[in-house]
Amino acid sequence: MNSTATTTPVLEVRGLTKRFGGLTAVKNLSFDVHGGEIFGLIGPNGSGKSTAMKAIMGIERPTAGTVRFEGHDVAGQPAHKIARQGFGMVFQHSRPLNRQTVLENIMVALLPDSLFMLFPDKALTERAKWIADRVGLGSVMHRRPPTLPFADLRRLELAKAIARDPKVVLVDEPFAGLTLAEVATFSELIRSFRDEGRAVMLVDHNVKSVAALVDRVLAMYLGEEIVTGRADEVMRNETVRRVYLGGAIETSARPESNFADKVPLLQVENISVHYGKAQALENVSIHVHQGEFVSVVGLNGAGKTTLFNTISGFLPYSGEIIRGGEKLRGISPAHIAKSGIVQCPETRELFGEMTVRENLDLGGQHLEPAEQAKQLEWLFELFPILKQRQGQMAQTLSGGEQQMLAIGRSLMMKPKILILDEPTLGLAPVILEQLSKALEKLRQTTPITVLLGEQNVTFALPHADRVYVLEHARIVWEGDPGRFAAEAGEGYL
Amino acid sequence: MIGFFKSRLFWISLTIVIVASTLPWYVSGYILGLLTVAYYFGVFAMAWDLLFGFAGEVNFGPTFLIGVGAYTAGIINNQFGISVSMCIVIGALASVVAGFVLALPALRVRGPYFGLTTLVAVLILQNFIVVFADLTGGEIGLTIPDVLSIDAGVNYWIALGFMTISAAILYGLSQSPVGLVLQASGQDPVQAGALGFNIVKHKLAAFIVSAFFSGLSGALLVFYFGTASVGTVVDIAVGVQVIVAAVLGGRRTVLGAALGAIFLIVAGEFLRPTGELATFIVSAVALVVILFFPGGFLGSVLSREARQ
Ligand SMILES: Nc1ncnc2c1ncn2[C@@H]1O[C@H](COP(=O)(O)OP(=O)(O)OP(=O)(O)O)[C@@H](O)[C@H]1O
Ligand SMILES: [Mg+2]
Repeated sequence: MNSTATTTPVLEVRGLTKRFGGLTAVKNLSFDVHGGEIFGLIGPNGSGKSTAMKAIMGIERPTAGTVRFEGHDVAGQPAHKIARQGFGMVFQHSRPLNRQTVLENIMVALLPDSLFMLFPDKALTERAKWIADRVGLGSVMHRRPPTLPFADLRRLELAKAIARDPKVVLVDEPFAGLTLAEVATFSELIRSFRDEGRAVMLVDHNVKSVAALVDRVLAMYLGEEIVTGRADEVMRNETVRRVYLGGAIETSARPESNFADKVPLLQVENISVHYGKAQALENVSIHVHQGEFVSVVGLNGAGKTTLFNTISGFLPYSGEIIRGGEKLRGISPAHIAKSGIVQCPETRELFGEMTVRENLDLGGQHLEPAEQAKQLEWLFELFPILKQRQGQMAQTLSGGEQQMLAIGRSLMMKPKILILDEPTLGLAPVILEQLSKALEKLRQTTPITVLLGEQNVTFALPHADRVYVLEHARIVWEGDPGRFAAEAGEGYL
Repeated sequence: MIGFFKSRLFWISLTIVIVASTLPWYVSGYILGLLTVAYYFGVFAMAWDLLFGFAGEVNFGPTFLIGVGAYTAGIINNQFGISVSMCIVIGALASVVAGFVLALPALRVRGPYFGLTTLVAVLILQNFIVVFADLTGGEIGLTIPDVLSIDAGVNYWIALGFMTISAAILYGLSQSPVGLVLQASGQDPVQAGALGFNIVKHKLAAFIVSAFFSGLSGALLVFYFGTASVGTVVDIAVGVQVIVAAVLGGRRTVLGAALGAIFLIVAGEFLRPTGELATFIVSAVALVVILFFPGGFLGSVLSREARQ
């Protein structure tokens, strides 16, 4: 904790409320954030964390309440005005300018809001370079965003948010999708923002990292504050445990010998995939038995999504993919999906302007009406929030709610082989527990086969009968989850 | 910006313009006339690309801006006999005013509504022209007493010069800091707002610039034709051609839009002997390019260069 934290707060939020139609996403929220302090916001999916940040930033107009910045109220002002007074925000999803270099992208953030700036300023370039170095983009600043790894794209977002030296920095889920090592670097960066005297607000579902980073944390549920305080106190709170943290995820692997009598249901043999000159998969072979749960563990960019997209028929490849003795080559993605290999993509691919219910019905459209109704009921039991939100447009759902909907839609298709690509991205611990139980129940009650791609091994291991490790386009390890920690766990645990 | 003068693109463009400016000495008046029209279309397409490619707003009614400029210039020349150059300037300004009035409310609504508003504007203009036939010449068209020049070569040079200057300004603008902010607002308006940019202001400015060049080019075009008619400067089909030209040439490239327009006009004319087939062939080519080279002519070239 920092000594400046005792002076007057930079940000004073009082009675902040945001309603969307009949839904109160944020309800009467009050808190202070001091300069040189990291203030965390935690809560289950859809509890209003992102909405609270957006309301402070002026992206959503608060329904009621005040947001005092250095003593004067900024609530209700448009985002660009609030930003110019000293606010910066890091978004959950980034869309950089792809034709411009990293440096130019940072420079955009430094430009004045003027229509008459026709020539770039030399000083701006220098400042942009300095910022690039500051967030660790120094060596790639002349590259274009599409060629960068995921973590560097996130760095670019941090760079833009702090470019104009804001006094308040709002960071929404900075750790989502990052590796353990990257989370450590990002924590360090965020800590350095605090040490420069900024007031930092942080939202993330990576409880361990948040707890280690924040000075104080506010836990919320259904838009309201449950408790505010030091991280360890808040995490011990009974309500927080119940609605957010949930219980531990249980392990239950079955040895491969259980399945060994059968020919594998899915065989991927020696496949290689290229994107232009870059090799995305190199002689990858995996197999999955009927009813087996297999996890493919790998860091960002290792090739998991490429592997799944290849199985789903989206990419050209060399080698063979065989399902139940039949080669999949030449079969269209639509047919592969219809035949029961259903992928829930990392990018979610929801129909944003359709409602939750319409998205789900699309998934279940080939089922008999009675069967569809039953499946839907089962799904609503699994993700109760989707039941409440049936009429809401998918694009207005919170990050985690969208993830649940994506998983839900693929389950509505009653898949024979379900491919889940990073399903845990953006999900609260309590939902992970629910999802985990659901998978366990699926495993026990249905013949479903699951192929799970994860970076988060604490989720991937408990559900796996067998694990593959994918690294730099190659399978480097295969074995049962019990041996993973000792033999391949480095960099993941 | 400085880099541009050293880039291949600059030298290629310069060479093309120099070669093009020598054409009047050795090609027929017929071809010159064709290219003259093509160059004015080139400006329409570039102005449109500034809005779509950079600000991310689809203007389905480029002919609203073009038509207002063209008809205003034509009518005041017809009614009051004001000099050609004055008429052209007033036409362009009328376009700016009309664009402003249209864009101010339209830019506040998100999603496809902006596009729909612009489409409706074209229909209103078209109706206005038919209803006030006394003033506008109605469906027969408006006869304009003055012309730019009676010499095909001079007309050609005016068009080429105008297109070149417009291209330089629009391209320069697209690559300037203001162009970057515009692109950022088009790409992700929420984030651009959170970075401190007033998105409505920037898009409005882009719309006004687009309106100015569309109107100016429209006014020049009617003084070249000596007549203004719905079929040549207002009809939805003309607007579609402008849009196809810009997409064909390459979204977000500005210069590509001019190439696309020249290609469309020239190809359409050369295929004229095939009769009804001409439109079909040109449309088919356009469709193939859009489907298989979504970057358009210039977009594909530029992205290949960027990768190297
Ligand atoms: N534009 C909108 N219209 C209707 N409801 C909305 C809108 N935006 C958000 N919501 C709802 O408000 C609630 C709060 O959403 P918010 O994004 O703040 O959640 P969150 O706490 O950030 O969740 P997550 O951890 O999943 O990101 C959600 O239930 C969401 O569905
Ligand atoms: Mg959120």
